[in-house]
Amino acid sequence: MPDFETFRLVLEGLVAGLGVTVLVALSSLAIGLALGFALSLVREFTRTRAAHFAIDAYVELLRNIPALTHLFILYFGLASLGLRLSSIAAAILGLGLIGAAVTCDIFRAGFRSLPKGQVEAGLAVGLTPRQTIISILAPQAMRIALPGLGNYAVQLVKDTSVVSAIAAPEIMFFARSMVTSSFQTTLIYATAAGLYLLLSLPLMQCVRVLEAHYGKLKG
Amino acid sequence: MTGFLQPYFEYGGEWWPLLAEAMLNTALLSVAGFFLSVVLGLALLLCQMSGSAVLRGFAALYVTTVRGVPLLAILFLLYFGLPGVGITFNAFTAAVLGLSLCFAAQVSELFRAGLKAIPKGQREAALAAGFTPAQCFTFVILPQVVRVILSPMIVTFVSLLKDSSLASLITVNELVLTGRAMATEYFLPLQIYIAVGLCYFMIGWPFSVLSRRLAAPAAR
Amino acid sequence: MDALLSVAGLRKSFGSVEVLKGIDFSVKAGEKIALIGPSGSGKSTCLRCMNFLETPTAGEILLDGERIGMRNGRMMSDRQLAPQRAEMGMVFQLFNLWPHLTVTENVAIAARKVRGLAYKEARELALDMLAKVHMTHRADASPLELSGGQQQRVAIARALAQKPKLMLFDEPTSALDPELVCEVLNVIEELAGEGRTMLLVTHEIAFARDVADRVMFLDGGVIVEEGPASAVINTPREERTRSFLKQIRH
Repeated sequence: MPDFETFRLVLEGLVAGLGVTVLVALSSLAIGLALGFALSLVREFTRTRAAHFAIDAYVELLRNIPALTHLFILYFGLASLGLRLSSIAAAILGLGLIGAAVTCDIFRAGFRSLPKGQVEAGLAVGLTPRQTIISILAPQAMRIALPGLGNYAVQLVKDTSVVSAIAAPEIMFFARSMVTSSFQTTLIYATAAGLYLLLSLPLMQCVRVLEAHYGKLKG
Repeated sequence: MTGFLQPYFEYGGEWWPLLAEAMLNTALLSVAGFFLSVVLGLALLLCQMSGSAVLRGFAALYVTTVRGVPLLAILFLLYFGLPGVGITFNAFTAAVLGLSLCFAAQVSELFRAGLKAIPKGQREAALAAGFTPAQCFTFVILPQVVRVILSPMIVTFVSLLKDSSLASLITVNELVLTGRAMATEYFLPLQIYIAVGLCYFMIGWPFSVLSRRLAAPAAR
Repeated sequence: MDALLSVAGLRKSFGSVEVLKGIDFSVKAGEKIALIGPSGSGKSTCLRCMNFLETPTAGEILLDGERIGMRNGRMMSDRQLAPQRAEMGMVFQLFNLWPHLTVTENVAIAARKVRGLAYKEARELALDMLAKVHMTHRADASPLELSGGQQQRVAIARALAQKPKLMLFDEPTSALDPELVCEVLNVIEELAGEGRTMLLVTHEIAFARDVADRVMFLDGGVIVEEGPASAVINTPREERTRSFLKQIRH
């Protein structure tokens, strides 16, 4: 049975990766939200066929291929072309680009759930289409998207563990490297799992509150 | 551009059989994982709906834990961690087990949402018509639940298919691990990982299209 | 003749179905006109063509002498249409209030974004308009907390805040529970008394007779009969009008 001192050492070792986990999660979240929202606007409110096709293709390719494969393409693949990204940069970029495909779908569903009368009322009072999108549609679509975005954030925190495969020094990376130097595999991975759980629990609680709140609003 | 595509012409004949075999392993892993997920998911659902507070408490704790812990941590625990306490799986079994432990929670949540989506009047009408509760569930509730959850179930399968790539990190010889081996052999990581990605796309995309088709009429 | 609104040769098709088959009428400033007719007669479509929420297939609409929706022989975009739409206040069947804004913000937002009023001025304007529809007491509520009748009164205030030359009402009471119809009709009647120009699509025949100066009866995409309100409703000349009014009254 591992004693408390071993546990303390393991925990200390893992917490060393906490900063990178949070950095990767937050940065890719920012990229995912901003890019995904922009894509959803283009997809819903412009009529350029080529742009629609490009966005659809982007979303399908990123959503139907594993994150691990995308990360390998960015990290090992691009390096073979001479474009060498740091592991953290590749991790942020990869998870961010995948996230954009996910949030694009979430935002689009939000826009599509709005009744047609919302646009009509905006145009009828003399707002321009752009003003209608900014003041009437986008704020509502974002609220409707919140629970979905929350679930995406929970998933994202967990997905950061995958970037250990390209040697980004986050929690799981430290877990794996500690395992090679000690034999406390069960303890190390269980502690890592617990650490992720600690990160996810508050987010999951937020999602629950959001779902309850917006479920109530819809009546 | 031709420079980029050239390896595909040159080595395509050698790569394709390797990738095809790996695709088969990935498919096998995903289907086995999905099947076990549904079995475990239904068991979990029974716990959630049971009269016993202990079982319900266990189910709630299980779902929360599994939602908050990365699949990779679960896979590492199963494959590298458990031997430390004397339990050993081969890599494929550990991967199937890990995937289904994770996705069982999603499956049970889907079933729960599906059951909730059926109006109470449906059950009342069936009972009023003289059905037994069992008949009511089999002939009235279940067919409707299946229709509601079919599309999200397929989405779940595609997620599981993608997550099966993590099994490469516990030495299961599926698409990604095969890709890594090929990348070291041919020194063409870009072309090879893109090919690996397209292999996943070939399996997963038809399911994504199908799930959207199934979802469309319900959304109208 | 100094018509505020004149409509000539208005046609509208949805695919191969022609819903409006040539509509001509004009409205003088201060006049109140009710459009009645069976469902599917095209009366709502006709109203929605006035501010180009439906794009007419053919025809000409002039508001105060200005051609709506067309400039130099070309169809105007929604962006170009915005200032013209601002001249007409519209009240929808389903209210279409914006649930993410408070009642006051619903009324004030167009004044700020379209006419560029400062926040404070726009809020004062909104409160004035809410007073007109007797909704000041719910000024800071969310539309989601209001009854259907209250929502529709706020929607009327929103349209009034545009200081429109013309008010368009698209079946303003047909989505309301019966006991809530009255409060909305009362508000519309009060507005009618202020000398506003109104075009009103309605199923409330008695209300149309009491409030409107003229009534137009639409059926099958054409104006079958029009004239002074009491004449058309009490002593209709056309058989189709008679049978419609008989059905309505059971």
